[in-house]
Amino acid sequence: MQRYRWVYKPLLFLACLVPLAWAVGGVLQLPAVPSLGADPVRRVLGIFGHSALNLLLLTLTVSPARQLTGNAHLLRLRRMLGVFAFTYALLHFATYVGPFQSFSWNAIVKDLVKRPYITLGFTALVLLVPLAVTSTNAMMRRLKRRWQSLHRLIYPIAILGVWHYWWQVKKDIREPLIYVVLLAVLLGWRLRRRQRQRALTSKSASPTAPETT
Amino acid sequence: MPSLIRPSEITNERFFRMRRDLLVQTLGLAAAGALPGALRAAAPESAEATSATLKYTRNAKYSTTDKPNTFAEVTGYNNFYEFGVDKADPAANAGTLHPHPWNVTIAGEADVTGTFTIEDLLKPHPLEERIYRHRCVEAWSMVIPWVGFPLADLLARFKPNSRAKYVEFTTLLDPKQMPGQSPSLLAQTGLHWPYVEGLRIDEAMHPLAFMVVGVYGRVLPNQNGAPLRVHLPWKYGFKSGKSIVKIRFTERQPANTWAISAPNEYGFYANVNPKVDHPRWTQATERHIGDGFLAGRRPTLMFNGYADQVASLYSGMDLRRYF
Repeated sequence: MQRYRWVYKPLLFLACLVPLAWAVGGVLQLPAVPSLGADPVRRVLGIFGHSALNLLLLTLTVSPARQLTGNAHLLRLRRMLGVFAFTYALLHFATYVGPFQSFSWNAIVKDLVKRPYITLGFTALVLLVPLAVTSTNAMMRRLKRRWQSLHRLIYPIAILGVWHYWWQVKKDIREPLIYVVLLAVLLGWRLRRRQRQRALTSKSASPTAPETT
Repeated sequence: MPSLIRPSEITNERFFRMRRDLLVQTLGLAAAGALPGALRAAAPESAEATSATLKYTRNAKYSTTDKPNTFAEVTGYNNFYEFGVDKADPAANAGTLHPHPWNVTIAGEADVTGTFTIEDLLKPHPLEERIYRHRCVEAWSMVIPWVGFPLADLLARFKPNSRAKYVEFTTLLDPKQMPGQSPSLLAQTGLHWPYVEGLRIDEAMHPLAFMVVGVYGRVLPNQNGAPLRVHLPWKYGFKSGKSIVKIRFTERQPANTWAISAPNEYGFYANVNPKVDHPRWTQATERHIGDGFLAGRRPTLMFNGYADQVASLYSGMDLRRYF
């Protein structure tokens, strides 16, 4: 897999750009791009929000996938997925601030304070900032063990993101429910693995090094 | 804006679009967007005239001078949960509805009750076009050229008695025609079917209350509530029942579907009011469908701009409490 890095990394990069291309092409009404419908603002909000959530969950899938397949190269993809998740969360927020609220800061501040689902979403975005900032190799080296602790923030962020989605739907919770189930599986998998490792370490004299999952 | 687009001027364009959309959907290419422009333009003209044109007169007195939304917007962006919760679902799924033949039952506190064919109901009423502002509780708005007649004219024919304080409108209940009503686990919207809405009798008798049978000069498409729906331009859209099969005069205030579902978010009156927010979003402004991507929001007007006509209906009422 290492040999094909020059293929799959650019491919993943392009795949991550598809939602952005759809949104931009849709707004510009380019001929080959599927229409954004009668309410492009809402649609673009949804495209960016869904993409952020999807990428967040994909990021959380990397470790289990690596542990299941034993393929360590998968880890190389995690940073790109994470940075794209942040990018889409930021675009989602920018769409809310600009096209959706037309930069009415009064209304935005009121929303942030009064509407819990917006508070949740905004908190998730703010928490993503330090992760994005420390995603470089240099930062990883500099922070050492603290980098791992910091990046465990991804768990509360994912929970906040899914919760934000759940609360904003009017009635039909089917889609947010899918996210809840996926997130529960991904987090549950980690909890179980942790318990197993604890059981192992308590039995054996040589503790295995703790590991970010 | 004084320049109103007459339906006759834009029919061709919009039916072209409708045909094209239909073709794209039929081929299953809508999502892929894979149909090249040349092929789209060459779409056959077969899907035309699915709905007949209506004879009507324009009622300028009750029409806004705002520019109407396009036919594609009016018939492609709908809240009609009986056909799915996405705004594009009704246009895609409402083909299962059979608006002909159609009967409407008149019941309750009136001298004339019973079941009537839609033809009998509509026969005495000359049709008029009214261009109404439409404000959804979700803080988006449209301008729609409806065709219909005053609701009061219809209701008066049944001679409501002195106990008729309210009017209740019930939408069709038939999961075969309305797949969103199916009780399957994955189709749950949490709403109780059939959809029920209601008005105080003086609201229902107000000259602005409109019984709608068409839009853009044509018979009402299924996704807009065929064959018979009301439109109440000073209230949030969910107050305007669609595909009505029953009209009942009652002494007590009817329980309306959204108020049953989430009483803290949706009330019985649901008058458009920029000062009373929805718990989860502001009602002070709205996004107008069809405005550009960066056009921004418009201020929401009291009673959706119809305050002069309807405010007196609610004089002395605490509109915060009766939201």
